[in-house]
Amino acid sequence: MIKSRSSLIFAWVLLAPAIIYVLVIVAWPLVETFRLSFTDASLSRTTNYVGDKNYTKIFNNTFLTVILRTFAWTFFSVLLKMIIGTFGAVLLNSAVPGRHLFRILTMPPWIVPMAIGIFMWGWMYNGQFGMISGLLQRMGIVDGPVAFLAYGSSAFWATIVTDVWIGVPMVTIYFLAAIQSIPKDLYEAAWTDGASRWMRFRRITLPLMAPAIITMSMLSLIATFNSFDIIWILTQGGPSGSTTTMIIDTYQTAIGSKKYGEGAARAVVICIFLSLFCIAYFRVTRRLAALEKA
Amino acid sequence: MAVRSKDTRPMIDRYRWWEVVLIYAGIFVFLFFMLAPFIEGFLVSLKPLSQLFSSPYKFWPENGSFKAYYTMWVSVPRFGRYIFNSFLISTVATIIVLALVVPAAYAFARFNYKGMALVLGGFLAVSMFSGAVLLIPLFRLMRTLGLLNTYFAMIVPGVAFLIPSAIWLLRTYMMRIPTELNEAAYMDGASQFYTFRRVILPIAAPGIVVVAITTFIGAYAQQFIFALTFNSKSDYMPLPVGLFAYFGKQDVIWNELMAASFVGIAPALVIIFFLQRYLVGGLTAGAVKQ
Repeated sequence: MIKSRSSLIFAWVLLAPAIIYVLVIVAWPLVETFRLSFTDASLSRTTNYVGDKNYTKIFNNTFLTVILRTFAWTFFSVLLKMIIGTFGAVLLNSAVPGRHLFRILTMPPWIVPMAIGIFMWGWMYNGQFGMISGLLQRMGIVDGPVAFLAYGSSAFWATIVTDVWIGVPMVTIYFLAAIQSIPKDLYEAAWTDGASRWMRFRRITLPLMAPAIITMSMLSLIATFNSFDIIWILTQGGPSGSTTTMIIDTYQTAIGSKKYGEGAARAVVICIFLSLFCIAYFRVTRRLAALEKA
Repeated sequence: MAVRSKDTRPMIDRYRWWEVVLIYAGIFVFLFFMLAPFIEGFLVSLKPLSQLFSSPYKFWPENGSFKAYYTMWVSVPRFGRYIFNSFLISTVATIIVLALVVPAAYAFARFNYKGMALVLGGFLAVSMFSGAVLLIPLFRLMRTLGLLNTYFAMIVPGVAFLIPSAIWLLRTYMMRIPTELNEAAYMDGASQFYTFRRVILPIAAPGIVVVAITTFIGAYAQQFIFALTFNSKSDYMPLPVGLFAYFGKQDVIWNELMAASFVGIAPALVIIFFLQRYLVGGLTAGAVKQ
């Protein structure tokens, strides 16, 4: 490649607009969130620095419960996405007629406007008239109507199921690509040696798609941790806080109650967790890339 | 093991009958989970309200009709406006993303100067932070700039979060363009900019189209939090937020809401059907093997 002073300048000129945009819209707000977390910013015009008052205020049992709930919510959601995604990818990889159509049919939850998919789940969870409650009653599993979003524990799981539903298509398509990049001769060789279908999955598919599973679960962890739309539309954090994750909690404080300073402090805690995930992600992908070269 | 001469599939792709049954059963369960809300939503849009609000639950509509698809225009007076807004916001966002990303992706694909790897990492890190975390300063920024309750309040923050994956995707595509082209252009005395504009861009056009489509879909799919927070004018609301106002009401007219939802997602479904191959390639590009 031609290296010269002019191409050095040219490269940075090409990058400049995107860099500046991201600095203004993402980097500066990040710094500003940090600054605001030490102030009593609210709707009023004056803003004073209040030291660590916001932090001492928010760190109580309620907030710790919210943090633990967020981790539990995220953990189960990611776990289910990985399991169902693997299941889906293996099925869609089988050489049966119709598989191209099946692959297309996997994609709608991912592609359609998220909020609209969530409206549909809102109806399905309806206790009196919704599909899930209705079918469960018909099958005799439950006696009366179950309003899934009206009780803490069922709302917790209902929001997870919807999050899984939105996340699975991307995971499946990604895993499918990973499976398809495994050399076919490995399977043929294993088949010749008499390995059963299960053995081939267990000993070839699973180990070779492990890097994809690790990468995806970390990406999914970050996305799920940030999840807002699903909970906000379905429950707004309720009933009585049982689906309030850290993002919802921050939104309620900052936008709902207009306590910008305190909201910023809550956002900073989220950012700390996200940064840790982010560092872990970069380290793991680097390790995986190094393994692949070796 | 009998060798069937007509069957040309490799041995590992041959199934016994019960394996085929199992595979189809599994696919059915999997796709049912993926599509149940759409099936139910569509059936609901056909049911008259009286049947919707009656027990016991009936899966199939009785004397179903497309009536809700007409009446929704009256119940949701701004429906056409919401769809227009959704398209407008996504289109403008896509144009801004392309203007920022095409040069940047080219720089990442062709040059490897000190610091660029770090910048690329920085862009990827952006996608890890959701807008929700940054809402407070963004809200204050929009207020200071006087952008609250305008289209820009919904477009400007959204663009930042569409940039990372667009850069990654286009960079992967552009890395496949042979560097010999740059060298040949250089020998002929073409400037860097001329080479980019006249040699690279035309070749990269298919990749740019794929990035434009995936960006548009991303922008169309994720219009919620910024539109909910930074805009309160119904005239500017995109479809998801516009319908959310009806979703929250005490007496939701479910069949019309579902009919409206279906019309709203129709463009996305059409895109999936026709561009599925490019989408899968585009969305997973660079993901598994870089």
